[in-house]
Amino acid sequence: MVITTTHFLILSLTLFVIGLAGVVLRRNLITVLMSIELMMNAVNLNFIAFSWQFSDLAGQIFAIFTITVAAGEAAVGLGLLVALYRLRGSVNLDAATELEG
Amino acid sequence: MNFLLAHGPAILFYLLAVVAVVGGLGVVTLRNPMYGAVALLTTFLAVAALFILRHAEFLAAVQIFVYGGGILVLFLFVIMLMNLQRLPQEERYVEGAPFALAVVVLLGVMLGVLLAAARFLGAGSNPAALTSVEGQVAGNTEAVAVSLYRNYLLPFEIASIFLLVAMIGAVVLARRD
Repeated sequence: MVITTTHFLILSLTLFVIGLAGVVLRRNLITVLMSIELMMNAVNLNFIAFSWQFSDLAGQIFAIFTITVAAGEAAVGLGLLVALYRLRGSVNLDAATELEG
Repeated sequence: MNFLLAHGPAILFYLLAVVAVVGGLGVVTLRNPMYGAVALLTTFLAVAALFILRHAEFLAAVQIFVYGGGILVLFLFVIMLMNLQRLPQEERYVEGAPFALAVVVLLGVMLGVLLAAARFLGAGSNPAALTSVEGQVAGNTEAVAVSLYRNYLLPFEIASIFLLVAMIGAVVLARRD
């Protein structure tokens, strides 16, 4: 039994779809942010799988930059969340309907 | 014993894949974000272990440090700042969730079909390229470092500026004024 890149891609796809479901379905904005992190992780898994497939380090380097962006995104997203919580006293999606969206 | 030696990586892969998927499902379905964060941690650790299976040892360490040690602790801090008393009464999913879920699953199936049709060249023909510097056998960390500082120096510096901007942005956003 050999684990191929396709195995990794299927796992990555599964994690990505789960994360996407969390972003689309959940009302709690903390959970939505955590689901975005899950999707980023799935993408990293893809990068690593292809890095091994093509024996090229570029995939791993790019994964480092993805992790950097994920860290920045989490910091800014949580900052926004704290600001919203101060304003509305809730991190529920229903608290942010100022735009009537 | 022979069976374990022959199929060790495959068994490990399936085990870690199950852990990662269960953790991901936990993030999406658990009501309390605190439990969700713990489920997310198990996924991060499983993915880190999967990185090692594909010769990305340095990335595995970075994953545990940055995700498990940094981002997740940030999430836990913010969760602890919030008042979760009203959580049990709050609706967990948005209106029209079944329809949204159907669309997401459909997207997953479409990507899966694409994946099933795809063929890739070179199946890990030269894994030594991931752990060597100029033909000399070194470690994965050395290989990543040399590549990062020689070929990707400008993106690296831009990433540091990006982190600075994100840090200032987060502080300004969360500041009490």
